[in-house]
Amino acid sequence: MTEIFWLIPFIPAASTLILAVFGKKLPKKYVSFQACFAVFASFVISAISAVGLLQTAHGNYPLVKNLFSWIQAGSFQVNLSLMFDPLSAVMALVVSGVGFIIHVYSVGYMADDEGYTRYFTYLNLFTFSMLILVMASNLVLMFVGWEGVGLCSYLLIGFWFEKHSAANAGKKAFIVNRIGDTGFLLGILFIFIHIGSAEFTAINEAISGGAISVGLATLIAILLFVGATGKSAQIPLYVWLPDAMEGPTPVSALIHAATMVTAGVYMVCRMNLLYTLSETAAQVVALVGAITAVYAATMALTQNDIKRVLAYSTISQIGYMFIGCGVGAYAAGMFHLYTHAFFKSLLFLAAGSIMHALSGEINMKKMGGLRKYLPLTYPTFLIGAIAIAGVPFFSGFFSKDAILTRAFAQGQYSAFYYFIWGLGIMGAVLTALYMFRLVFLTFHGEERLDPEVKKHIHESPKVMTIPLVILAFFSVGAGYIGLPVVLGKKLNFFGKFLEPVIKEVKEVHLSIQTEWMLIAIATFVAFLGIFIAYVFYIRSPLIPRNLATRFPTIYKLMFNKYYVDEIYNAVFVKPTIKWSKIIYDNFDLKVIDGAVNGTATATGFAGKILSYFQSGLIKDYGLIFLLGVIIFLAYLLF
Amino acid sequence: MGYFLFFLLAALTVGAVLGMIISKNQAYNAIFLILAFACMGGLFALLEAPFIAVVQIIIYAGAIMVLFIFVVMMINVRSGIPAEKKKWTIYLSLVIAVVLIIELILSIKGAFTLPVSTAIIKAGPTDLGRLLFTKYLYHFEITSILIIAALVGAIVLVKKKEKE
Amino acid sequence: MIPTNYFLILSVVLFVLGAIAFFVKRDLVTQFMSIEIMLNAANLAFITLARSANSADGQIIVFFIITVAAAEAAIGLAIILLIFRQKKTIKSEDIKLMKG
Repeated sequence: MTEIFWLIPFIPAASTLILAVFGKKLPKKYVSFQACFAVFASFVISAISAVGLLQTAHGNYPLVKNLFSWIQAGSFQVNLSLMFDPLSAVMALVVSGVGFIIHVYSVGYMADDEGYTRYFTYLNLFTFSMLILVMASNLVLMFVGWEGVGLCSYLLIGFWFEKHSAANAGKKAFIVNRIGDTGFLLGILFIFIHIGSAEFTAINEAISGGAISVGLATLIAILLFVGATGKSAQIPLYVWLPDAMEGPTPVSALIHAATMVTAGVYMVCRMNLLYTLSETAAQVVALVGAITAVYAATMALTQNDIKRVLAYSTISQIGYMFIGCGVGAYAAGMFHLYTHAFFKSLLFLAAGSIMHALSGEINMKKMGGLRKYLPLTYPTFLIGAIAIAGVPFFSGFFSKDAILTRAFAQGQYSAFYYFIWGLGIMGAVLTALYMFRLVFLTFHGEERLDPEVKKHIHESPKVMTIPLVILAFFSVGAGYIGLPVVLGKKLNFFGKFLEPVIKEVKEVHLSIQTEWMLIAIATFVAFLGIFIAYVFYIRSPLIPRNLATRFPTIYKLMFNKYYVDEIYNAVFVKPTIKWSKIIYDNFDLKVIDGAVNGTATATGFAGKILSYFQSGLIKDYGLIFLLGVIIFLAYLLF
Repeated sequence: MGYFLFFLLAALTVGAVLGMIISKNQAYNAIFLILAFACMGGLFALLEAPFIAVVQIIIYAGAIMVLFIFVVMMINVRSGIPAEKKKWTIYLSLVIAVVLIIELILSIKGAFTLPVSTAIIKAGPTDLGRLLFTKYLYHFEITSILIIAALVGAIVLVKKKEKE
Repeated sequence: MIPTNYFLILSVVLFVLGAIAFFVKRDLVTQFMSIEIMLNAANLAFITLARSANSADGQIIVFFIITVAAAEAAIGLAIILLIFRQKKTIKSEDIKLMKG
């Protein structure tokens, strides 16, 4: 049954096509049914194919389906071919599974929106692009998916384009991503030049065959990683993600939390041999990830916009995934991606449910005490928060612990990794802190609601709460397929599944005591963070205010997101605009327009002369034709 | 006998075409053309292509020319439209005719040496039919679509104006 | 057996006569007839060469040409009829809408 895996991306594609062409004439109910069904069908096929993969012998990976030869020019050949191996399987399952839940949720969330059909067209298109991204068997096709999701992200961030800030946020996301994509494209070009193919199998063979020197590997790996920092919102290209929250909340959940932004992590895992070969590049990845994890967490601490907190949290968590990739624990990085998809989309959807209840209010300062009004949203949100904070027995704990354990274990080789681990632990405290700050400010404490808003407060409809419950279930349970190694190697089912794709080169062993100690530390920091949040925001709410007044510079720095947007604006955006203006005035208007107008005038003049030959008489045309025949024959004869 | 028939038919054909050029009456032109096509059918028969000969007479001399005559009747130009009278046109056409004939004969000179095969060609209606439905099946089907398109096209073209 | 070249020369002569007729005549119907003559000249060449090559394919092609000519005649005459209805003339000199 696994042979039909190539259908996975094309069902949403077909749905997109139908919606795009006939969407306006279709009834709303049918639109929602078709959009959800297409993604569900993809999910079912992914699941069938993944089960098929489990039964396939390891040697037969990956399954490749070559649909057709896309570009062929000399030795340059790119096939439109899809691939299915454990890594793709995990991603396809996450994308279509979480995607399906979010589609269903959107039916309720977007119910009264004018752009209902447009929304689902984009969402299906996104699912298609994302599935192409994760199932492409070569870098070029992957890049197509990569750009496709970028486009959908742009369209969906700017979904309410009549709102100025939304349109600008879409543009910002698009442009920032272009910067990263430049690096990504350069990386692909280097691979093409030195390996001669962009097929993953060929690249992996070339790397394990030693066709690439370590220096070159470093260059390529870092170029590719530049692309990843753009798409996955890491330092220095993270600035677009917080603004991306202008889009509808389910979009934030699907694209800007669960799937698209993790594409960079997927790509690094896909190219894991390259990063294993070049230790420098891996260290860069780990360092960027670790710094981002802490840095974004500090910004999350001061934000009052509930969605922005979650956005910074996403940046921070993706940082963790990159730590995992950087320290060689690719499986753990993927594992965190997989658990994060559940609890982060849960948090976003719950936030959406809160907004739905409060007539679109997103400022935490105007919430508080919502616990009793939202009997279903509250527990699900809480579960998500606990999972992300890393409390034991919830999914986030297992994945984060796997990453940090590996980082600590790598410390045997270089003290650098202890530093990474330290940052990771610090980030973990901050994560628990800002998440519970969010929970306490929103659901506990005194009510700070607008009286007008309070009148309309209501729990969301079932079509929105049931997805929350499902996601909450997975936020708890998803971790149990990848239990820590210390409980027995066989229990790390997730890692075993990915083994054929991710070759763990360095075996790292820790003593059992150390592992238990690390688990204890991780548990401790999670509870520490929650405790601090409790003290700050429930017991004595004055402390944070005092801290803010005592360290005004730090607070202002964090509150204003370290002024990075302003710096980028002054250093990059303004000079670009200025120089563009100069070039526009001098070059475009004078040289290019002059050339274009000149060509037009010359063409018009030539046309005028030639038009004298156009008598309009059929006989003249016949005569000229006959003369042509005579001349042609004469040429052939003599 | 063969030669006599050939020259008779050839002379009739050429004569009919010349008559068409000279006559200014459209109805006569059509009649001349029917004569030319009928003679052409005889030539085809001489060339051992009986099926095509019959088709030529039925379709060309019959169906197509009937169409022409209908149109001539509908248009009904009483006075007739004479050929060009300008001197330079006549001279130019003569020059073109001579040059073209020379060139064409030169270009088919290679074919003069082709042997006339004495073997009996399998080109009776049965053989043609078999070829038509095997080797040329797709061409045949496409032609049928073309004819339907022409039929519909002609009707639409003429009918649209009647409404106005 | 009549030699191939007799037929070919006849075909050439008919073709050139058709071309000249197209050039010399001034009414659309007769010009259209001269096109049919040129087509027939080509048919003659096809059948002649089919005989000398001892193959039936040439005859099949002629068969198709006749079919296409029938379609062409139907459309062409319809157009001529339309032109006559609108312009009340079929002199080819009077029709020069496409003059540049």
